[in-house]
Amino acid sequence: MRRAYDEELEQLHRKFYQMGCKVNEAIYKSIKAFVKHDKELAKGVIDEDKEINQFEHDLEQACIELIALQQPVTTDLRKIVTVMKASADLERMGDHAVSISKSTIRVKGNKRNTMIEGMISDAGEKIKKMGEDVLKAYVEYDSEKAVEIAKYDYLVDSLAHDIKEACIAEMKKDPELVLGATDYMMASTYIERIGDYITNISEWIVYFETGEIQELNTHNSYENL
Amino acid sequence: MGSKFLRGLVYLASAITFGMLGYVIFFILINGVRYLTPDLFAWKYNSSNVSMMPAIITTLYLVGGTLLIATPIGVFTGFYLVDYANRKNPIVKAISMATDTLAAVPSIVYGLFGFLFFVTFLGFQFSLLAGILTSVIMALPLIIRATEEALISTGRPIREASYALGAGKLRTIFTVVLPVAMPGILSGVILASGRVIGETAALLYTLGSSTNLPSSVFSSGRTLALHMYVLSSEGFHVNEAYATAVVLLLFVLILNGLSTLVSSRLSKGGK
Amino acid sequence: MATKTSKIKVQDLKLWYGDFQALHGLDLEVPEKKITAFIGPSGCGKSTFIKTLNRMNDLVENCRIEGKVELDGKDIYGSKTDINQLRKKVGMVFQQPNPFPKSIYDNIAYGPRTHGIKKKAELDEIVERSLKQAAIWDEVKDYLDRNALSISGGQQQRICIARALAVEPEVLLMDEPTSALDPISTAKIEELVSQLKQDYTIVMVTHNMQQASRVSDETAFFLNGHIIEHADTRKIFTNPDQEETENYISGRFG
Repeated sequence: MRRAYDEELEQLHRKFYQMGCKVNEAIYKSIKAFVKHDKELAKGVIDEDKEINQFEHDLEQACIELIALQQPVTTDLRKIVTVMKASADLERMGDHAVSISKSTIRVKGNKRNTMIEGMISDAGEKIKKMGEDVLKAYVEYDSEKAVEIAKYDYLVDSLAHDIKEACIAEMKKDPELVLGATDYMMASTYIERIGDYITNISEWIVYFETGEIQELNTHNSYENL
Repeated sequence: MGSKFLRGLVYLASAITFGMLGYVIFFILINGVRYLTPDLFAWKYNSSNVSMMPAIITTLYLVGGTLLIATPIGVFTGFYLVDYANRKNPIVKAISMATDTLAAVPSIVYGLFGFLFFVTFLGFQFSLLAGILTSVIMALPLIIRATEEALISTGRPIREASYALGAGKLRTIFTVVLPVAMPGILSGVILASGRVIGETAALLYTLGSSTNLPSSVFSSGRTLALHMYVLSSEGFHVNEAYATAVVLLLFVLILNGLSTLVSSRLSKGGK
Repeated sequence: MATKTSKIKVQDLKLWYGDFQALHGLDLEVPEKKITAFIGPSGCGKSTFIKTLNRMNDLVENCRIEGKVELDGKDIYGSKTDINQLRKKVGMVFQQPNPFPKSIYDNIAYGPRTHGIKKKAELDEIVERSLKQAAIWDEVKDYLDRNALSISGGQQQRICIARALAVEPEVLLMDEPTSALDPISTAKIEELVSQLKQDYTIVMVTHNMQQASRVSDETAFFLNGHIIEHADTRKIFTNPDQEETENYISGRFG
């Protein structure tokens, strides 16, 4: 029975990776669409989110069945739990990509600020790197890498912070920017949240390797608000 | 304290048992071996050599004949009782009980029955036939019981396995059960022959005690045990009686040894 | 359940041992080339039921049956049934390994010989094929003359499986095949069974629920001579319809 069971676990692993790739792609496209004001691209992201949700549903279903039918323990159990929890995080990341895309479609001729859009694009690149790295760390069961990725999140957080400050400064200078700037701020919040979810996934990778559930990135501090 | 006492008792009991056996054997050998002369094994008996050879041959005839008849009947009855009959049937229960009872009846009773029925009523006179038929009655219960136990001990599992493969009852019994039950059955057969060899009273009244080699199934003769009995009761050839006893003892020991050997070899072949 | 061929169809099957009614009007369809597991507490009738599928219950005194059991559409309790052919088509493996006290070769060859195969070359081929199917060929191929009782319990059980496969049945009934074995032998046999379903319809009684959940495609839950629920194994173990099923599987009784 072990062989069939191992194959199912393998499938779970692969499917999670596929979902991760799709989510990363969605995030990248949504930020690109946002910065380039590409409504078509944004619509594509929103449409494709259905597939991402289906992935999550399928993975959850598969995990529940594996638990009921195979009574997994130790590594197998951790593998299944990791996939279950991390796929939920991936799905929410996908939802944030959708939110960014919706903003893109709403934009409609608002006044633009290229500097801030540049910063957002930069944040997008960082998030892209984080997303690809975490997927790689998952596939390679590299918990050390996962911890590093979590640390990288600080950069994304500070970038988001900078974007917010820049937006407020520009809004003060030019009131016509307010509509656009609000969207910029929301987009940067979404990007920051995506970073948090990637950190969550890193925590699950560490759990899978070590069996310990660690908090890798706590924002619950009074500094750097 | 108590356990030491018990241990002592145990050792004592074994010592007595072995002691008795040893003494009997020893006694017979001491008194008989020196009288084992070639004369005693002459083919023709006469009153001076009191040869036991005819007796030996008669014994072989008797045992052979008995087994020839009793074994098939006994084994097949055993099969019937275990594999074919409905155990709850009152007739079957009666047969079973009858078998057990027969085994316990003293042999002199058989002798008397044999005399009245075979020798007198059927007119066989003192003969090998009467002796064989009476011995068959004595041997049957032993063989039936041994067969029954052997068949029961093979157990249901291998029978079920055979049936589940689509084999019928007959094939199952003969190719699967019988080989496993064989040691037990053989043991029973050898034990039965041991009983027959040791018989005196029953054979005296059916086989008779003629000193001749039986020429046909209707002629009389004597077995080793009978020969020994006659010699010692007549009083003239007591020494030769002891010598005969030695030979008889040898027979019995060989037979029992064979039984043990056969059982263990056949059952080792199964393990 | 999706449309599939039913290998065995049981209709309103009732069974009595003397005055005691052990099975109360059972209806069941066993799908072809899948593993169907029977679970339930001790004495619930699952072993009794599986034995009706190859008429092994005929060997029990005072056993009376009513109802229909159809194999490929034909009632096996009909008057024209050839019982030995039935048992060739529907093989059985028992709870306690019960190899014959013969050589391994003779054990496997017994079935084919019974059904008329005499040529040595043919028998040799059948023995090799069956032992390979039972995943034990490599372990015993050099010891075919050795007595089957001289090997371990787990190996003996696989010999029994090979022996059952040697007559080329279409259905394999397994009555708690691993309950007398250690965990490693159990795992080997579970692996074996899950491969066998490609070629055979398998019905397995087990008192170990986890085994049913690991191995079977469909599961039927028995209680007091009734079938309480019969469904896809995934459903039974994640979301059964009947409360009694749920209670049994969660270990709340039995």
